[in-house]
Amino acid sequence: MTDDRIARFEQRREKYKTMSDEALKEHFWDLCNQLVAPIAELARTHTSPSIERAVLLRMGIDSLSAHGVVDRVLQAGLLGKGAGHVLLRVAEKQGCDIREAAAAILEDKDILNNLFEEVTQ
Amino acid sequence: MSALKPLNPNEKMDIEAILTDLENYRPLRKGWVWRKVMEDGVDMGPFHFRNMSEPLKNSIGLPASKYFDDIDPQPECVVTTEIASGRFEDDLRRMRMAAWHGADHLMVIRTTGQSHIDGLMEGTPEGVGGVPITRKQIRASRKACDLIEEEVGRPINFHSYVSGVAGPEVAVLFAEEGVNGAHQDPQYNVLYRNINMYRSFVDAAEAKLVMTAGQIFQIDGAHNANATAKAGWLVMPELLVQHGINCAYSLASGMPKELIGLSTVPPNSPPAPKLWYDLPYAVALRDFFSDFKMRAQQNTRYIESDIEEAIRTHTIDTLISMLTSADIQSTITPDEGRNVPWHYNNIRGVQTVKQTWSALDGIKELLSLKMDGPLGEMARDIKERAVGFLEEILEVGGYFAAVEQGFFVDSAQYPERSGDGIARDGQGGVAADSIVPRDPDYLAPVCAHFGNNNLPEGLDRPCDLIGGCTLCHPEKIVYIDELDPEDSADRRLQETYPYRKGHLIRPEVEWAGDGTVLVQLMVPEQEDYAREAGLEIARRMGLDDPQVINLMVLHPAEGCYLEVKGKVTFDVDRDTLKIPEKIELLPEEELREAVLKVGLTVVAGTVGEDEHSVGLREILDIKHGGIEKYGVKYHYLGTSVPISKMIDAAIETGAQAILISTIISHGDIHRIQMKRLVELCQERGIRDRLILIAGGTQVTPDMAAETGLDAAFGRGTKGIEVVDAMVKTLKQRGVL
Repeated sequence: MTDDRIARFEQRREKYKTMSDEALKEHFWDLCNQLVAPIAELARTHTSPSIERAVLLRMGIDSLSAHGVVDRVLQAGLLGKGAGHVLLRVAEKQGCDIREAAAAILEDKDILNNLFEEVTQ
Repeated sequence: MSALKPLNPNEKMDIEAILTDLENYRPLRKGWVWRKVMEDGVDMGPFHFRNMSEPLKNSIGLPASKYFDDIDPQPECVVTTEIASGRFEDDLRRMRMAAWHGADHLMVIRTTGQSHIDGLMEGTPEGVGGVPITRKQIRASRKACDLIEEEVGRPINFHSYVSGVAGPEVAVLFAEEGVNGAHQDPQYNVLYRNINMYRSFVDAAEAKLVMTAGQIFQIDGAHNANATAKAGWLVMPELLVQHGINCAYSLASGMPKELIGLSTVPPNSPPAPKLWYDLPYAVALRDFFSDFKMRAQQNTRYIESDIEEAIRTHTIDTLISMLTSADIQSTITPDEGRNVPWHYNNIRGVQTVKQTWSALDGIKELLSLKMDGPLGEMARDIKERAVGFLEEILEVGGYFAAVEQGFFVDSAQYPERSGDGIARDGQGGVAADSIVPRDPDYLAPVCAHFGNNNLPEGLDRPCDLIGGCTLCHPEKIVYIDELDPEDSADRRLQETYPYRKGHLIRPEVEWAGDGTVLVQLMVPEQEDYAREAGLEIARRMGLDDPQVINLMVLHPAEGCYLEVKGKVTFDVDRDTLKIPEKIELLPEEELREAVLKVGLTVVAGTVGEDEHSVGLREILDIKHGGIEKYGVKYHYLGTSVPISKMIDAAIETGAQAILISTIISHGDIHRIQMKRLVELCQERGIRDRLILIAGGTQVTPDMAAETGLDAAFGRGTKGIEVVDAMVKTLKQRGVL
């Protein structure tokens, strides 16, 4: 296997020999960009508990509450909506501000039940 | 926000004051700052420098700077030092010391295990091998940096790490609190922290965009490959690949090139022929990555306990930076291989860069790299291997597949493989299976958020939905002070109060009052006995918990050099110390008049069997600001002059004073010569007519009283001090 790989590299290298330093550099960056493009797409279309906590921090929620809220949102299967989105919905529904909404979620996890379905209906 | 009281160079930094009113403190500025470099170079003292930046307002130069008008040239690159003892409140003082020696990039290592904590830490608990990074710790540190940069006259870049499973949150914390630089590289999490690869990369895009919003300069983690691989110098093609992946991914995340830095380490170390590996690597890297910044780190891979060896390697590393380029020159504390770095070893690291940079200033105008030979060929070889590496990654299905197959940190040179690479399972690792697809109506109403975001149309900013986010409205940031008051800076500061603000003194290397000292000794025994003897000697010296931290065999049978650390268990009371009075010199003009009035003449020479003459010439000659400058006439008799001859000459020439220089101190000969001068003058009945003065490297002022001389001077004495002593003696005797 290793011998094959080395042989394949030697073949590739024949191609590089025809390339100028500039062309080789351009090829290097082209490959790097090709390599990261699907990963960036993965990031664009996914989120994580840490990303959502980072959203809540920016919304003015303290780190301890942000942790608790995201845990609840994850348990409720709503992380794909965005924890900030959830907070906005709760605030709207309860007629309170964002920090109060965070406190409400921590106090009563049932508050998240049917949060989005209700609006859709 | 209350105004900060500027630091006073003659007073210790008030740590309690820094910790006061932190909940209302906002950093004075945000973003990374480069040094100010003048296009035409800098004139300092008698020299013109080509690679130096604007000098500091307050600083401490290299030891030799006193011979060069006290100049302290500052390299054009930012200079880094890593500071993290586990107690950030003690690190603040070290940061100040390091800044005075020329560091403007202060990097704080995180406490062990923080990268696996799924969330932010708060408060100020004590760390292990680093500091728990928390809002309070950062805010206090940035506040201290704000004071220190004002004191030294140059911005300080404060730096830590945006990695681990809480990367996005840490990035927000850093952007909010004005942290200026950070490591961010998802590959680091995957390879060295075994954090799930998908989670790591998804988080990284968010973290990078948040860092961009805070103008935080990013450094990658590629250099860990050559610090980890068994043969660090063989992984050079992979290093280019790792740098390339992080750079390309950063750009894809919205980070501009100006904020992207490569962490690069010359991978080899003597006794290897370092230049044949490190130079082509440095050249190849700077060619492919010409659009990005270079943070040149020093080699840690081969550092063990020998400080001098580390410093020598780091000197060569710095040479490589100067032969190629470095936007940031990082330093490694030379004691890193043997303990958590000590205060003064941060300074040594910075001095290594400062000294090398001064010595090699303008080197590229004098020398150029010979590219049309092995250097060019070797650089090209590394680049081709890196390109081949990338092509193979794509061939096997992309980055994640390559990691699963153990492509990275294999100790063989690509395309060879040793099979010892770090392979990670995409379904495994810390926080596996924790990323979630975003729904079509996914929403995050904040700025600097990466990826799909179903925001309503017509907003100026995403955070308009909530009336502003913390990046736009910092007053929304929630400050948490402490979670565990028992494990806090306040509690620790109470304990160390007597050593910082009271009158007790204990030596320290890390923490106030730690009492740690280092004993250096040569034990004329073979290794095993030398080690035990060293420990026993330290114990008998009264040191607690002695440990041998370095042992160098001088000869298998003849002996070893040892460094033993231990702790002193006593305090010294500052109030009981007697500080020798500083002698107030008479005004220069008064001295000149007095010299002229009596026609002051001296005879001078080095006595005994002693051929040293430099020190005495400096005391005599006008060129060195010696006594001649003040009108004193002298008869210099040379070296190895018998005492009796000195006295004969004084009588013959009518001199009022005899100056003897006595350098050799073997068998206390310097004391004997000094006493003999007095005795012989007494025997001849001329003691009262002559001023008798001795000087030498082993002579101290209090030896005058001991030996019966009128004055005695040690190392570093200036001519004016000798004239002053002579005039004062003449005044006492009523001659003047």
